[in-house]
Amino acid sequence: MTVPVLSAQNIGKSYGNGANRFDALKGVSVDIRAGESVAIVGKSGSGKSTLMHLLALLDNPDTGALLVEGTDAKKLKGTEVNRLRNQDFGFVFQQFFLTANASVLDNVVLPLKIAGIGPKERKARGMKALEQLELADKAKNKAMNLSGGQKQRAVIARALVNNPKVIFADEPTGNLDTATGAVVEDILFALNKDKGITLIIVTHDIDLAARCDRQIFIRDGIEDATRSPEAIQKPAGAHS
Amino acid sequence: MKFIDIIRSAIANSFRSKLRTGLTVIAIFIGAFTLTITSGIGTGVTSYINSQVSAIGAADVLTVSKADDAAATTDDGPAPYDPEKATAISLGNGSRPGSTIQALTADDLDTIKATSGILGVDPAVQVTPDYIESDGGGKFELTVNAAATLTTADLAAGAQLDNESSTDQILLPTTYLDTLGFSTPESAINQTVTIGVTDVAGTQQRVPATVVGVQNETILGAGAGLNQPLTDRLHAVELSGTPAGAPQSYATATARFDLNATDAEITAIKADLADQGYASQTVADQIGSFETVINVIIGVLNAFAVIALIAAGFGIINTLLMSVQERTREIGLMKAMGMNGGRVYALFSTEAVFIGFLGSALGALVAVGVGSLVSNILATTVFENLPGLQVVQFAPSSIAIIIGVVMLIAFLAGTLPARAAARQNPIDALRYE
Repeated sequence: MTVPVLSAQNIGKSYGNGANRFDALKGVSVDIRAGESVAIVGKSGSGKSTLMHLLALLDNPDTGALLVEGTDAKKLKGTEVNRLRNQDFGFVFQQFFLTANASVLDNVVLPLKIAGIGPKERKARGMKALEQLELADKAKNKAMNLSGGQKQRAVIARALVNNPKVIFADEPTGNLDTATGAVVEDILFALNKDKGITLIIVTHDIDLAARCDRQIFIRDGIEDATRSPEAIQKPAGAHS
Repeated sequence: MKFIDIIRSAIANSFRSKLRTGLTVIAIFIGAFTLTITSGIGTGVTSYINSQVSAIGAADVLTVSKADDAAATTDDGPAPYDPEKATAISLGNGSRPGSTIQALTADDLDTIKATSGILGVDPAVQVTPDYIESDGGGKFELTVNAAATLTTADLAAGAQLDNESSTDQILLPTTYLDTLGFSTPESAINQTVTIGVTDVAGTQQRVPATVVGVQNETILGAGAGLNQPLTDRLHAVELSGTPAGAPQSYATATARFDLNATDAEITAIKADLADQGYASQTVADQIGSFETVINVIIGVLNAFAVIALIAAGFGIINTLLMSVQERTREIGLMKAMGMNGGRVYALFSTEAVFIGFLGSALGALVAVGVGSLVSNILATTVFENLPGLQVVQFAPSSIAIIIGVVMLIAFLAGTLPARAAARQNPIDALRYE
């Protein structure tokens, strides 16, 4: 049995103090293996985004441990964590987070710029990523002039440009219409199948979750074990 | 992120909000402009003074006079009569009207000469010739510049006065040329002029002198310069017929010391003279007090410029804080993508420094342009009578220092917003709406 890429062991996270204390996550254990696609499903405020942030090393858990390829994330140095996030992880966000005034290419090569890669190689790799997502002709356009679907494809190109091992997608289709959303979904799953990139999708969209190899249901900060994969076909609320 | 990429991104970011950056740049521009102009005036005036008294020829000379009589205060009534004390004497032109100091007597000169470190002493004789005349061109009044032998003249033609020479030499100011019938400064050189002087008996006598040089007019006393032999000769003529035994008195004397004396030695000589009741000043002291006044004026102007720059510093803080606020998400994204806090800090402080550079470089550039233009106009109008005065002059080093200082102020102003940016938590930043 191989070591999981990411392994959360009973992790918890809370925000605020005293009466304002809010336990976003109350102890969740998840193993994510290389090459699989995992959906983290839950309603707003269920703690699914917090779980993703912890898995992506964007935040530190208050309790429990997070292992990155078997190493406790707490023991990693700041530079190592930055390197992991820069080179091994790719991020796709619902709100895109593109710099509106900058060109599409400039947006896509941002992780390479942060990594300290020279301008020539940046351009070559950025264009390659854009070609993969059929956006090469928009490279010089300003990001704000793209349509929603094009923006999300640009974001995926940005996530892809460093050849990451894991892509974290937070509601990747949340801001897109059904048809465009389907295209984006296809791209993400194709990357998972063809390139073996591990895919972690946070969503409340049951249909999108169903396309993943595995689903983790989060409810009120804990894993909802009552919902088996079969239940997705007939969601709990459907009968009542 | 590479250093060059940080600089490029910072420059690009500062142009992203052109109006905001522009207004901050204007604030810095005003400060840098003022600072450059005032420093230019400082350089211009100082260099003018230096050229006026250029290469102080007599660095080994002290001007000695009697110190103020400390005992004579108004409360005590008149001091008792002292037959040994010399009479009061007017300092001559340039001093406060009616003001007098105790004159130096022959005894005083001996005392000064006996002071250790003093090699020799000459009484400063002031001669008052009646007229100057060149080959039948008519007689004109002659003003003598008493300081001429102490300084090196700013020559238009010819040579400096030579005190060791046996010939009687005169140095004419450029303004005398037309009147005396010389068309160019060069044509006056080696010509003989006649100086008329009256002796004690009231008889006018004529003394010939050779023109050795023509000097540009200076602010430290206009008039013709005479070398020591000519001064002595004129003085002798003025005194001829004086009853024997009449005491001679002088307002000031020039004492010579070793040219290689150190500052400490000069100070010791001056202290020694002060103990004996003589006030003494080197030429550098006299010019120094003049420069001090100018430096104080420049200092006050600079203080205003610095206040303007401090105000501009708050402008930078404001601009960048708004920028950090506006780019919260972008910062969060960069941090999520593995950019460390130090680089984020560097990015924002570089932006501050760039804004500072932009404002100060533009300010300095425009100041140089405007200053040179105004200075040229003034030189031909208001300061026409002060040839060679370029009131605003720019030293590249001081402009570089001004730009450097402004960039430093900008950097310091940028630290606060840059820290705010560097400390942002990527998740909070990404959640920020």
